[in-house]
Amino acid sequence: MNGRNPLPGYAALFIAIAALPLLGVYPIFVMKVLCYALFACAFNLLIGYTGLLSFGHAAFLGTAAYVAGHALKVWGLPAPLGVLLGAACAGAMGLLFGLLAIKRAGIYFSMITLALSQMLFFVFLQASFTGGEDGLQSVPRGSLLGLDLTQDLTLFYVVLGIFIAAFWLIYRTVHSPFGQVLTSIRENEPRAISLGYDVDRFKLVAFVLSATLAGLAGATKTLVLGFATLTDAIWTTSGLVILMTLVGGMGTMIGPMVGALIIIALENKIGDLGQALANLTGIAWFNGLGESVSLVTGLIFIVCVLAFRRGVVGEAWALWEKLRAPRAS
Amino acid sequence: MTDFFGIPLPALLGQLLLGLVNGSFYAMLSLGLAVIFGMLNIINFAHGALYMMGAFLAWMGLEYLGINYWAMLLLAPLVVGALGIVIERALLQWLYKLDHIYGLLLTFGITLVTEGIFRSFYGVSGQQYAVPEALQGATNLGFMILPNYRAWVVVASITVCIAVWALIEKTSLGATLRAGTENAKLVQAFGINVPRMITLTYAGGVALAAFAGVLAAPILQVSALMGSNLIIVVFAVVVIGGMGSILGSILTGLGLGVIEGLTKVFYPEASNTVVFVVMAIVLLVRPAGLFGKEK
Repeated sequence: MNGRNPLPGYAALFIAIAALPLLGVYPIFVMKVLCYALFACAFNLLIGYTGLLSFGHAAFLGTAAYVAGHALKVWGLPAPLGVLLGAACAGAMGLLFGLLAIKRAGIYFSMITLALSQMLFFVFLQASFTGGEDGLQSVPRGSLLGLDLTQDLTLFYVVLGIFIAAFWLIYRTVHSPFGQVLTSIRENEPRAISLGYDVDRFKLVAFVLSATLAGLAGATKTLVLGFATLTDAIWTTSGLVILMTLVGGMGTMIGPMVGALIIIALENKIGDLGQALANLTGIAWFNGLGESVSLVTGLIFIVCVLAFRRGVVGEAWALWEKLRAPRAS
Repeated sequence: MTDFFGIPLPALLGQLLLGLVNGSFYAMLSLGLAVIFGMLNIINFAHGALYMMGAFLAWMGLEYLGINYWAMLLLAPLVVGALGIVIERALLQWLYKLDHIYGLLLTFGITLVTEGIFRSFYGVSGQQYAVPEALQGATNLGFMILPNYRAWVVVASITVCIAVWALIEKTSLGATLRAGTENAKLVQAFGINVPRMITLTYAGGVALAAFAGVLAAPILQVSALMGSNLIIVVFAVVVIGGMGSILGSILTGLGLGVIEGLTKVFYPEASNTVVFVVMAIVLLVRPAGLFGKEK
């Protein structure tokens, strides 16, 4: 970037988000977007800053969602402990996956993470503590330091706090010497090796960190929505987080947030959109659009890969630079 | 001796056959993936969706047009192969110079679109497809009852796999193909139209997937999701086999099908995950896969 300090901008953004419920935006929706935004930011730490395409990140979201749900509902642990336990278990799972996956690079890495997450999916499908096809329902929210989390607005600010803390951690990581090494691995792995870096170890640490943060997102999501289901762990969710990051902009701090907002909004509103299109064009087929979300997300995937590989934020940034350039010279 | 470790022999052999049938599908699909990867450097995530399309075409041919199984066994691969040409020319060819991951993501997008279309028309419930008349019934081998259709699937897919292997390893066309994967520029300098070769390779690979789909139609439920359930197992097969050799993907596919079948007999709970467990073990011992070359 151009050396200007982006922190005031981020601060302004978070203040704006904090004001949303006061402006009448449904807090549950914003919380859901924040959870997926955190998931996408965690994923982006790998793809955007380390160059590793994990196709199994739903495994970490799902692990944490189930562990947190079980801890809160069956063991009756307090909310913060349940969330942290969920994130920690996701991190442990990340260590396991990472040890196996980073042995192979590039496309193989993606396929291994995908296969491992599918294995975990079948474990969740059959294990007794996950509730099988039904999932874990009515997970209690509990309280945090005397705050009653059953109040949507209170929970909203807690979730926003979690998000900001995680965002700050990612920001610090990316801009630390460790983050610089990760970027150098992305840009030129052989050279990073020749400089004497233990590349596999760096990748593993990044992978575990990303898995833990993805887990934090999953555990928080359970707290917000009160349930954990197989949808959290299925491989299409891994695809969804890739799409969010791709749409928003890989390798940017804000991109995954924007991507998560676009995709979640689309998923929630696509039925309405279909109905509007049906009324507008008179083609009844559009009424069924709500049931074929995957058709629309697939098209977005194709268009993004072919034409907008930098994503919304990346393209906007490039445009901004282009507009500025003539004036600067 | 009719018991084998406490399992009745017919049950064991039945599961072995089932495993072999599944293994034939794994082999055909991972073979197509390997051929495509070799030539295009793209992991064709759409492979499962095109396999599903093959099965659906067989079903639609019979349902709407009355075209029988044998004709569809030829027609469906041709249709899907033609679609493959369109996909390669319209979409994939723009990605060859980019990172591998974009190929994976684009074909993932194609998968979502294809599944979405079939889902919006047919839902997710499966369609039944009758076993063709000539292959109905079963043969009593004395020690087990062998359903004719399943025997046919195994024979047909192994024949096709061996034919593809021979085509690539033993003919001059195959030699050109292999040379093209090694050094496209050099092959082009010999006056060979490499882009066309790439297009046809993709078409051939996806036609193979469609062929597998038609074979699968009478024994599996024809549904929009049948491909995506399978493709991830096939990816695991590819990782285990190592993508290096054509023969490797055939042997690994069949072998893993058999292992899966045996697991169903001795420890059914693990039958869905055993392939991935094998993958984890193989990765620990041989990160490049069983038949892969270390780079």
